[in-house]
Amino acid sequence: MSRIEQRFAELREQNRAALIPYVTAGDPEPGATVPLMHALVEAGADLIELGVPFSDPMADGPVIQKACERALRFGTGLRDVLAMVAEFRKRDTTTPVVLMGYLNPVERMGYDTFAETAKAAGLDGLLTVDLPPEESEDVVDLLEQSAIDPIFLIAPTTSEARIDHVARAARGFVYYVSLKGVTGSQSLDVSALAERLERLRRHTGLPLGVGFGIRDAETAAQVARVADAVVVGSAIVRLAEEHDGDGAGYARAAAAVVGEMRRAMDAARSPGAAATV
Amino acid sequence: MDKIDWAAFPDARGHFGPYGGRFVSETLMGALDELQQVYEQYIGDPEFMAELDHDLKQFVGRPNPLYHAERLSQELGGAQIYLKREDLNHTGAHKVNNTIGQALLAKKLGKTRIIAETGAGQHGVATATVAARLGLECVIYMGEEDTRRQSQNVYRMRLLGAEVVGVKSGTRTLKDALNEAMRDWVTNVDDTFYIIGTVAGPHPYPAMVRDFQAVIGREAREQHLAMTGRLPDTLVACVGGGSNAIGLFHPFLADESVEMIGVEAGGDGVETGRHSAPLCAGQPGVLHGNRTYLMEDENGQIIGTHSVSAGLDYPGVGPEHAWLKDIGRVNYVSVTDDQALAGFHRLTRTEGIIPALETSHAIAHVLDLAPRMRPDQSIIINLSGRGDKDLNTVAEREGITL
Repeated sequence: MSRIEQRFAELREQNRAALIPYVTAGDPEPGATVPLMHALVEAGADLIELGVPFSDPMADGPVIQKACERALRFGTGLRDVLAMVAEFRKRDTTTPVVLMGYLNPVERMGYDTFAETAKAAGLDGLLTVDLPPEESEDVVDLLEQSAIDPIFLIAPTTSEARIDHVARAARGFVYYVSLKGVTGSQSLDVSALAERLERLRRHTGLPLGVGFGIRDAETAAQVARVADAVVVGSAIVRLAEEHDGDGAGYARAAAAVVGEMRRAMDAARSPGAAATV
Repeated sequence: MDKIDWAAFPDARGHFGPYGGRFVSETLMGALDELQQVYEQYIGDPEFMAELDHDLKQFVGRPNPLYHAERLSQELGGAQIYLKREDLNHTGAHKVNNTIGQALLAKKLGKTRIIAETGAGQHGVATATVAARLGLECVIYMGEEDTRRQSQNVYRMRLLGAEVVGVKSGTRTLKDALNEAMRDWVTNVDDTFYIIGTVAGPHPYPAMVRDFQAVIGREAREQHLAMTGRLPDTLVACVGGGSNAIGLFHPFLADESVEMIGVEAGGDGVETGRHSAPLCAGQPGVLHGNRTYLMEDENGQIIGTHSVSAGLDYPGVGPEHAWLKDIGRVNYVSVTDDQALAGFHRLTRTEGIIPALETSHAIAHVLDLAPRMRPDQSIIINLSGRGDKDLNTVAEREGITL
């Protein structure tokens, strides 16, 4: 059983939703990332999404764009990010780590070199925002050989026919983009989301994660009632801007936000909580 | 070279060999499917094509001339030089051929809002123009650096009723404008049509923009045959994203005797690293929805480009060009900023035509090429745009304040 499967199985047993914080690797500086990852786990993260800095983050809003720019000041590249994963694994062998980013750095490294290096580092999944299943056959084969799950997105605009297609290619979990827009956008409609997730469950048995637009503990709790995982990115990464040059301060602030979300999510799933959204 | 069925490219999924494709976030996949469907439906529809032809004739002013630059040919003492006068189109460049076509598709799809990216501002102006004509809301994304270089075009777009958004992220040039336009599209995909200005982006854009621009080559081929009784020997066009070049080249691809040269922006010189010549000095990668040649560093980060001409200042290139390079059908070269400026002045003084700085790259290459050819041979240069927008840039470089 992969680390991702294992983690979701445990959570299902405990009737809890996974909390998946996203942080951009190398932000605000390279040395900050591994301690930050450990701090997130201690604060209640179940899985970590580690962003690979890219010069042209087309699917991201201003918060993560700036995070990429801060990380790129130090030239943090994909190899550095994989080294961070390897470093993290020295102390944590159970928390799954998924890279999230864009295809070009992986393409430049070479798919086989990436798969090999990532496996050695202890990476569990790869989500490339600009790689739909249609273009991913070569990559997916190589990832499978290295036991790395390709994570795919499903959007509000994905047709029923495509949902099947994406669900067949996906491993680990399915990432449902909760709104039309870039990361860090506002106004998530939780009741529409519940309905959409119900329909998705008819197409896949994989856990359903929800991301984009989860700004606070209250929204995280609402989403935790209907989804298997809650992905939180910009709400954490914006703290790095306030703590530029202070990695430890960023880690403390991020852990506080994650801790608050954790408590709210668990309360929402507890037997006493209201069953409806 | 084996016989290639040029009409078979791209394939159904938008691939030109290993290039092209559709590399976008999931949210846009449905919109691209819908666009592909409507484009395939209408590009073969006689009624739609008649409407397009009508607009190209009555609004754009097509066909434009294929002009024999006799004096320049004589001075260079070699091949006869012909200029395909896209600069005479309404709005002053080839860009409008495509915006007219895409705007008609937007109307068919019932979209009420148009967005576009622009570098030099020519595509932005051409988009704002058709949006004004059709009464559609229009937002143009333009790198902040380019809004400074091309302030007249910014004002022109605003006069036409467009909102011009200066993009402050990244290198603040064309690639960042494209990123921002993509972000807008993903957010407003229900009511918004994204008019991409070049033969790049996710499928079907490279094929669709090519098909709308191919009117250039179809006219030029017919005109050259009528004027000389034969095909031209060589076609020359500048290449940024590559839409004017593909427009000229594509209808000639099956004519094996016709040589084609794409001229990239060499900036300070390809050897300095300060240039915009991905085909000459880049390598394959994935950006802005397609696989193509890119300028990138060892980590796969896109690197800043440089060119005196804002319209060529882009780190990628259309995927069909990448493929045509690899199979050897088109030869890609580069010329420097200084050479392009020399071309700009030479054409202006010899023929009384002020070309765009983008176009001046193609002219500069011909200044070198034509003398090495015989007077019974001919070259067609795509005179893709006029130079009015560049007067400030040229004056500034020469220490003149206007």
